[in-house]
Amino acid sequence: MKKVYAKEEVCVGCKLCEVYCITSHSKYKDVLKAYKLDSTRPAPRIIIEEERPISFSLQCRHCDDAPCVKACITGAMQKDPETGVVTCDTDKCVGCWTCVLVCSFGAIVRDLNNKIASKCDLCAETGEPACVKNCPNEALVFTEGGI
Amino acid sequence: MDIVIIGNSAAMVGAVEAIRKHDKTSNITVISDEKYHVYSRPLISYYLADTVTEEKMAYRSKDFYQKNNVKTILGTKAVSVDENKKTVILENGDLVKYDKLLIATGGKPFIPPIDGLDKKNIQTFIKLDEAKKLKSSIKPNSKAVIVGGGLIGFKAAEGLHALGADVTIVELADRILSTILDNESASIVTKRLLKDGIKIKVGTTIDKIVGEDYVKEVHLKNGEVLPTDILIFAIGVTPNTDVVKGTSIKINRGILVDRNMKTNVDDVYAAGDVAEGFDMLLNSNRVVPIWPNAYIQGETAGLNMIGIENTTNGIFPMNSIGYKDTYIITAGIINPPDESYDVMVKADLDKNTYKKIVLKENNIVGFILINDVDRAGIYTGLIREKIDVTPFRNQLLKDDFGYINFPKDLRKSKMLGQEVR
Amino acid sequence: MSLNYLTPEFKVLRDYDRCINCKVCMRQCANEVHSYDEDLDKMIADDYKCVNCQRCVVMCPTHALTIIKHPQVFRENANWTYDAIRDIYRQAETGGVLLSAMGNDRPYPIYWDKMVINASQVTNPSIDPLREPMELKIFIGRKPDKIELDENLNVKTKMPPQLKLNFPIMFSAMSYGSISYNAHASLARAAKELGIYYNTGEGGLHKDFRKYGENTIVQVASGRFGVDREYLKTAAAVEIKIGQGAKPGIGGHLPGEKVSEDISETRMIPVGSDAISPAPHHDIYSIEDLSQLIYSLKEATDYKKPVGVKIAAVNNVAAIASGIARAGADYIAIDGFRGGTGAAPKRIRDNVGIPIEFAIASVDSRLRSEGIRHTISLVAAGSIRNSADIIKAIALGADAVYIGSAALIAIGCHMCQQCNTGKCNWGIATQDPNLVKRLNPEIGYKRLINLITAWGHEIQEMLGGMGINDIESLKGNRLMLRGIGMTQKELDILGILAAGE
Ligand SMILES: Cc1cc2nc3c(=O)[nH]c(=O)nc-3n(C[C@H](O)[C@H](O)[C@H](O)COP(=O)(O)OP(=O)(O)OC[C@H]3O[C@@H](n4cnc5c(N)ncnc54)[C@H](O)[C@@H]3O)c2cc1C
Ligand code: SF4
Ligand code: SF4
Ligand code: SF4
Ligand code: SF4
Repeated sequence: MKKVYAKEEVCVGCKLCEVYCITSHSKYKDVLKAYKLDSTRPAPRIIIEEERPISFSLQCRHCDDAPCVKACITGAMQKDPETGVVTCDTDKCVGCWTCVLVCSFGAIVRDLNNKIASKCDLCAETGEPACVKNCPNEALVFTEGGI
Repeated sequence: MDIVIIGNSAAMVGAVEAIRKHDKTSNITVISDEKYHVYSRPLISYYLADTVTEEKMAYRSKDFYQKNNVKTILGTKAVSVDENKKTVILENGDLVKYDKLLIATGGKPFIPPIDGLDKKNIQTFIKLDEAKKLKSSIKPNSKAVIVGGGLIGFKAAEGLHALGADVTIVELADRILSTILDNESASIVTKRLLKDGIKIKVGTTIDKIVGEDYVKEVHLKNGEVLPTDILIFAIGVTPNTDVVKGTSIKINRGILVDRNMKTNVDDVYAAGDVAEGFDMLLNSNRVVPIWPNAYIQGETAGLNMIGIENTTNGIFPMNSIGYKDTYIITAGIINPPDESYDVMVKADLDKNTYKKIVLKENNIVGFILINDVDRAGIYTGLIREKIDVTPFRNQLLKDDFGYINFPKDLRKSKMLGQEVR
Repeated sequence: MSLNYLTPEFKVLRDYDRCINCKVCMRQCANEVHSYDEDLDKMIADDYKCVNCQRCVVMCPTHALTIIKHPQVFRENANWTYDAIRDIYRQAETGGVLLSAMGNDRPYPIYWDKMVINASQVTNPSIDPLREPMELKIFIGRKPDKIELDENLNVKTKMPPQLKLNFPIMFSAMSYGSISYNAHASLARAAKELGIYYNTGEGGLHKDFRKYGENTIVQVASGRFGVDREYLKTAAAVEIKIGQGAKPGIGGHLPGEKVSEDISETRMIPVGSDAISPAPHHDIYSIEDLSQLIYSLKEATDYKKPVGVKIAAVNNVAAIASGIARAGADYIAIDGFRGGTGAAPKRIRDNVGIPIEFAIASVDSRLRSEGIRHTISLVAAGSIRNSADIIKAIALGADAVYIGSAALIAIGCHMCQQCNTGKCNWGIATQDPNLVKRLNPEIGYKRLINLITAWGHEIQEMLGGMGINDIESLKGNRLMLRGIGMTQKELDILGILAAGE
C-alpha cells in the first residue's frame, strides 16, 4: 500500500507538516481557523524527531500485522481490509492508551484535549496526505513499497 | 469442519477473524454463558463511571456474527467437554459436536474463603451484569470497600468514585497495583487517589464480614473497622478452567498450551485468560491475563485450528491503565528478581513523572512509565524484538527518546522498509 | 562594549491576527530573530538580527510576516548617506575591513538596461521558433584558421578541443566551501541534464561529483586547491583563475573553521587550516608565465581539453585578453564588476573594476582588429540577470555567458548578501549541516533546469524576432543593438548606434 516515507537528509525540522496535519483534521480546513477558532483542535498525528542536524517526521506505518488493532480494548482501532489504512474510530475510543503501549513506532499520539488516540489516517478525507503536500522540502513522499 | 469456541470475548474474536481470513466455509459455533453481543470487558468500569454507554461497549459491530457466519449459543453455559467423543455438553443437556475446539473461557474472580460471603451486598466485578448490578445499588456517599488493589480493584475504585461513592481500597501488599508498579511509582499513583479522597489501606486484608442479610462493616486484620454499604472482591482473577475439569486436558494454573495454543489433547486449543502459554521474557509458560494477549492467542489458535501453522510471539505482561490525569504504562519485568538485571530510573516527583527501565544484558525486559507515557510502544517494541540497545542505552531515559536515537541503519530499516545491510 | 550606534536595518512586522504561534519562523531563522515569549504567549522578534533573507516570510503558513526596511532615518543628507554613516559606525566599532557578499550593489548605470534589441519587420521576416528550427547550440574553444574538406565534404582539419553547449549559458565558478554540497549537487546535476557546464571554482572537486565530470569545468587558482592529475582528467575543461569581478586584484580566504572534514578532503588541505588564495599566482608574472601554465595543463590533459583563463574586467582588459589569446588559451572568461562572491572587502567590491558590457565590446573589437578573434572563445560573466542580458552580451561579442547569482537565486538565494556569515538560511552559502539540508538538490536541480529552459525559449523568441535562426549568427552582431540614454563615448565603446540611428 502507499505509505508516507520520510527523507531525513532533507527534512528541515520546520514542523509545517504538523501544522497542516492539524489543519487537515480540524473541522475547518483552513490553517488560520483551525488554530484560531477550533476549540476541539485535533492533536497532530505526526511526530517530528529532531536532534540537529538530523530531523524527520514519523507517522503511523499502517503495519500489515498492526499490533494496535489487536490490542485495542474497544475495537476502535481498525485496519481497513481493502485500503490497509489503520484508523481509530474516535466515537469508540476511550483513551486507554493501550495502543500507545504496543505501537513500536510510538506513532500514536494522545490527544488529551479530546481524550482520544490520534493517529495518521493518510488524510482519508481528502485522499492526499497533507504533510506530504505541504512539506516545503519534499522530505516526505507518499509511495508504494518503501524508498 | 465444525469449529466450536467456548467464550465470547477477545480470544474468540481473534480466532474468528483469523479463521475467516482464510476459511469462509467451516462452521463456527460460539458458546457463552453471558447473553450479550461481544463486548469489551475492560469497559465495564467505564460503563460504571458513566463514560461509556452499553451500546458503545460492543467490541465488534452488531453484524459481527452474521458477517463472519458464526452461530451463537448465548446465555447458556458449557458444563463439560468430552474429548473422546469430541463434544461439548451444555447446561441444558444439549451436545455440541466439534472437530476443533477452542476454550476461551477467560478468568473467574478469586474469592477468599471467609465467613459471611452469602450477604446480599457482596459482589465481584468482571462482567457487565456485575457492573449493572453495582451501578444500580450505588448511591452518592455509599461506602464501598474494595478488597484488592490490583488492576480490577483500581478500575472499580475509579468507577465508583465517579459515581460519588466513598471508596476504600484494601490491599494486602505494601502498595497498590503491586504486580505492575514498584514502590516509587505506586506512591505517585497513591498520592493521586488520596487527593480525590479515595482511601487506601495497604499491608492488610479483610478479617471478618459483619452484618445480617447485608454487610454492615468489614473488619481488617490490622484491627480497623470499615463501615460498609457494598463490598467488592477484586483480589484477582484465576483461569476459568471449570469446563475442562475431569478431562485429560492438562491444567497447571491455566490450561497448558504450546506455542500454537494447542493443549495436550488433539484438536483442543485454549487462548486468553484461561490459557497458560509461552511468555517470551520468562521463557516459560504463564497466564498473561490481558486483552491484547487474548486477541493474539485467539488468532494463533484460530489459524492452527484450520491448519495454518502459526506461533504466538511477543507475549509478556503489559498494561496501560490510568486514573483521570494520571497515566500508567508498564510492561515486562518491572521488579528485577536478582542482580543480573540493570535498572535505570528517572523520576521527577514534583511533576509526578517516573520512568524506569529494566535491562537484562543488552536488552530491555521491562519498564514503568508514569505520566510521561508518550511513545511507550517504542520500548515495548524493543522488548518484543529483543533489540540490542547497547548503541543507545544511555539515551533510553531521555524525555524525547525516539527513533532518532536508533542507529541509522536500524532506523531506516524500520521507517523506510529497507533491509539492514 | 559600549553603546552600539547601529540601529536595525530591517523591521519584522508580524500580523498577530494571523500568527498562530506555530514557531516555524523561529525554527527557520538561523539568525535567531524570532522567539516565543511564554509570558506574553506571543511570538516576538529581535529586529537587530534580521538580515531580510525572507526565509521566515516564505515559510510562515499564515503569511503573517513582512520584513520592511526599518523606517528609522538619518537627517536627510545627499552626501552622508545612510550607508556611509553606518559603515563608519561599524568600522569604528570593529576596527576591521568591511566584508560583504554577492555583487556590487551600488547604483552605477546598468548598461544592459540602456540597450534595446532589434526585430525584423516586413523586409527580413521574423522566424517562429515553434515552427522552425532554431539553434542555441554553441562550441567553446579555439577555432582553426581555416577549414579543409575532403572530396566527400567531410572536415579534414583537426579541430582543437571544444566544449559543446546546448545553451549559451554555463554556471560560473563557485567553490565548494563558499557554497554548500547541496548547491554543488544541484548545479552539477542540472548541468548534466541540460548539456551545459558547471564550474567547481577554486575549492576542488568533491569525490561524489566526479560522475558529473563530463559537464564540469575545474579551476586552477592561485591556491591550487584540490588540483591533481585526477582532478584535471575528470573534467571537461580546465580554467585558470586569475581574477574575479567582485574583487579584482584580491585573493581569497576561507577561514579554518569552515574547513570541515569534507572540505579538507576536497581542497586537499588539513582540517581547520585557513584556505588562503594569494592575490597573484606566484608563478605568473607575465603572459609568458601564463602561457607556460596553460601548456602545462594541456600537456597534463593530453591536449584533449580546452584550457581557459578567467580574469576580472579591469581597465586594460582588451590588451590582457589579447595576451591571453596569444598565450594559447582556448577561451577567456571575463567577470564584470557586478560579479558575485561569497565574501569580498566591501570597498573593493563596490569600487574596483569595470562593467562587463564595456569589457565584452572592447575585447571583441580588439581581438577582431588583431585577426585573432577565432582563436579564442569569449565567456561573459558578472550579473547576467535574464535572457535579454544574454542576447545583448552575445550581440556585443560574447560566445556564451556564465551565470552565478542568477543560478543561486533560482535555488532560493534572496540576495541578503550575508554569504560571508555562513548562516545562509537557504542552505546555499553555508556549511552548517542544519542549513545545508534546507536545499534539497532534487528540487534545486529541477529549478535550475526550469530557469535555463525558460531562458532558452526566450532567447529563441528574440532570435526569431530578429530573423536569426542560429545563436552563432548573433555573435558580435552589434547592429542588432541600439543604445538609449548613453553618451556618444559610451556608444562608441560598445560599438552600437543610438536608438533611432
Ligand atoms: C474490570 C476489568 C478491566 C480490565 N481492564 C483491562 C485493560 O484495561 N486492559 C487489558 O488489557 N485487560 C483488561 N482486563 C482484562 C481483560 O478483560 C481480559 O484479559 C480479557 O477479557 C480476556 O479475554 P478472554 O477472551 O480470554 O476471556 P473473557 O473476556 O474473560 O471472556 C470469557 C467469556 O467466556 C465465558 N465463559 C466462561 N466459562 C464459560 C462456560 N463454561 N460456558 C460458557 N461461557 C463461558 C465468560 O462468561 C466470558 O464471556 C480487564 C478485566 C476486567 C474484569
Ligand atoms: S514539513 Fe517536511 S521539512 Fe518540515 S518538519 Fe515536516 S517533514 Fe520536515
Ligand atoms: S486509546 Fe482508543 S484506540 Fe487506543 S487502544 Fe484505547 S480505545 Fe483503542
Ligand atoms: S511562522 Fe508565522 S504563524 Fe508561525 S509563529 Fe511565525 S509568524 Fe506566527
Ligand atoms: S533573518 Fe531571515 S529568517 Fe530571520 S527574521 Fe530576518 S528575514 Fe526572517
